[in-house]
Amino acid sequence: MPQESKKELRIIGFLCNWCSYGGADTAGVSRFKQPTDLRIVRVPCSGRVDPLFVVRAFLSGADGVLVSGCHPRDCHYSDGNYYARRRLEMLKRLLPFFGIDDRRFHYTWVSASEGERWQRVVTEFTKVIHGLGPLKIEEGEEIG
Amino acid sequence: MRVGVFICHCGNNIAGTVDVQKVAEEMRKIPGVAYSTTYVYTCSEPGQNEIIEAIKKYKLDRVVVAACSPRMHELTFRKAVEKASLNRYFLEMANIREHISWVGDDKELNTQKAIDVVRMAVAKVMNNKPLFSSSFKLTKRVLVIGGGVAGMQAALDCADGGLDVVLVEKSPSIGGMMARLDKTFPTIDCSICILGPKMVDVAQNERIKLYAYSEIEDVKGYIGNYEVTIRKKATYVDWNKCTGCGLCMEKCPSKNAYDYFNFGIAPTRAINIPFPQAIPKKAKIDPNYCRYFLKGKCGVCAKICPTKAIDYDMKDELVKEDVGAIIVATGYSLMGVENFPEYGGGKYKDVITGIQYERILNASGPTGGHIKRPSDGKEPETVVFISCCGSRDKSVGIPYCSNFCCMYIAKQAILTKDHLPKSQSYVFYMDIRAPGKGYDEFTRRAQEEYGVRYIRGRVSKIYPRGEKLIVRGADTLLGIQVEVEADLVVLANAVISNPDAAKLAEKLRISYDTFGFYVESHPKLRPVETNTSGVFLAGACQGPKDIPASVSQGSAAASKVLALFSKDVLESDPQVSYVNPNVCVGCMKCVKTCPFGAIKEEELRDGRKVAKVIETVCAGCGICTSTCPCGAIQLQHFTDNQILAEVYAFASGK
Repeated sequence: MPQESKKELRIIGFLCNWCSYGGADTAGVSRFKQPTDLRIVRVPCSGRVDPLFVVRAFLSGADGVLVSGCHPRDCHYSDGNYYARRRLEMLKRLLPFFGIDDRRFHYTWVSASEGERWQRVVTEFTKVIHGLGPLKIEEGEEIG
Repeated sequence: MRVGVFICHCGNNIAGTVDVQKVAEEMRKIPGVAYSTTYVYTCSEPGQNEIIEAIKKYKLDRVVVAACSPRMHELTFRKAVEKASLNRYFLEMANIREHISWVGDDKELNTQKAIDVVRMAVAKVMNNKPLFSSSFKLTKRVLVIGGGVAGMQAALDCADGGLDVVLVEKSPSIGGMMARLDKTFPTIDCSICILGPKMVDVAQNERIKLYAYSEIEDVKGYIGNYEVTIRKKATYVDWNKCTGCGLCMEKCPSKNAYDYFNFGIAPTRAINIPFPQAIPKKAKIDPNYCRYFLKGKCGVCAKICPTKAIDYDMKDELVKEDVGAIIVATGYSLMGVENFPEYGGGKYKDVITGIQYERILNASGPTGGHIKRPSDGKEPETVVFISCCGSRDKSVGIPYCSNFCCMYIAKQAILTKDHLPKSQSYVFYMDIRAPGKGYDEFTRRAQEEYGVRYIRGRVSKIYPRGEKLIVRGADTLLGIQVEVEADLVVLANAVISNPDAAKLAEKLRISYDTFGFYVESHPKLRPVETNTSGVFLAGACQGPKDIPASVSQGSAAASKVLALFSKDVLESDPQVSYVNPNVCVGCMKCVKTCPFGAIKEEELRDGRKVAKVIETVCAGCGICTSTCPCGAIQLQHFTDNQILAEVYAFASGK
């Protein structure tokens, strides 16, 4: 239960096992410090991420959702991240219609060697979510 | 359900910034968790035994280990639970080291994060199903990509071990970079004298099938069963007829072709054999320079060739080979001299790169091993070497060290003195990196015995004065400006990845880093494996490496392949997709999205058409699962239920 004083928000990340999960490991091994809000779910490929997972996460209390896969053209399964890109971009455009600010959902590409990039992605995304504050899904958000 | 949770301290690595006792306590509150404990090193033998004992004592049927990354120790713990007669897929790992204790300093927040992450793993493991692998046959042939010293070593070791080898080399001859070197450090052994016999061994070995001047067009399949398409590039010479006599090269009127083998230090003929020891020793036409291709007439080589081997109409040819494993040994490239305008690279003829100087020193090089500077052919009296040209320079995007330049500079300076006793060499360096066996002694010999002047500092400018090049730089140890009147300047140019490295990686589905070097499975413990099973790495394609390291990796990769092929069947990964025929509506969207063609249409007895997964072909990406409109196809071990269980467990922490 996050301490009110430290104001942690609920962020969940779906990470491809072959690249971004490894990138997060690399960041760890290199001790690249990051905000602590994020909780990571390991998936075999960003193409495994059903947009409904993201929606479910928001509905059940997430303030931010992050998906990270391999850089386009560098997929372990040759095209998985292309499927991910199409589906997730679609979802991102759809979110405002549900009353969710689309900045709460971010998808990106981080390779297994990019520990520093992972640190940057987590830090920046956490900052964005903190800027937006907790998601009050029942009320819907003002989309500017 | 009786879940056991084991939280690892990892010495202080985890326990230092995560309250592991509190995490264990919190887990005990979850319904279904029968046992929760901590241990100082769970991966150690007593640590694993504790898991095995606890499974028996507390009748656990699911296990969660919260420790390091599953990429590190998932297999270790899977084997441990298996020893306690539990299916290995009843194990989940929660990564509380790389993702938590090592990246956050706040113990309270880290502990909370660990509680959440372990709870998510507990939720997932409760949805896990036992999975069983099936076995499949494998083709015991190996493909080696790249015929440099690493690739040759790998090919020879595999052949010695009784395997058939397909060796594919991009350029017209095997030998790679090492074939271009004059001598090798720190023994000053003649490079081609030790490499040449190996090249002949490759050519004469009955188990090795060599495709020179060929490239990988396409790779299909999976470990044990790859189908590789090789593009045999057109040489315009029928190699079955060519005897390598070299008459064509003598008579070719097009004398200004770029010499790739000599890095352009001197021109070659449009039809050429790259070097005297080339294997195969066959001629090849460069259509960019050949008069017949440029102007439509000439045909001198066709007339002169005693075996009528010239074939101007030759086309690229595609060949298919079946192999069970692949060793990638594609080596490296070097930054061209034109990338260093601050040193007059590309502008002054007497500013050359290290590899070009190597060719000048080499007896089979364009100068016949006599040191002559490119501009006027005079013997240089003063030679300046500049280390770290491009390397360790963030401004050009190369923050890494090129590994072997310090050593070859020392070698080239020694050789210069050997060739021209009156000469004086200067080395501008940032640091002298000589960590290998006998390496530091070697650089000291260059200084103490051969009188090479080492100046610690960078060169700011090079400009001509008469026939000389003025090298102006700093001596940071003396704190003064220095100027050297040089006759020849040699730049230790940075090692870079091959320009087509990324393209090949994409075909092989292996990862590469920001610089285009291939990524190994684990930097310490799995240095020649990739994350794609059945694909191994050797040599400088993984990062700059000298000859002994490349040879070691060639042998290491070969031993990995031999170990793999010591089995008659391989066990398939059961983490593949499965179709529930009762739910499938037969839309076949999954068939279209599968990148591996692993799903086919099947007709049931009642005539209904449903999708069916070919288990051995499925690679386990799960794209089909997120495509299926009715949830009929589920990637085992990563089913919708398992992932959603994690999402809900995440949410319940609010």
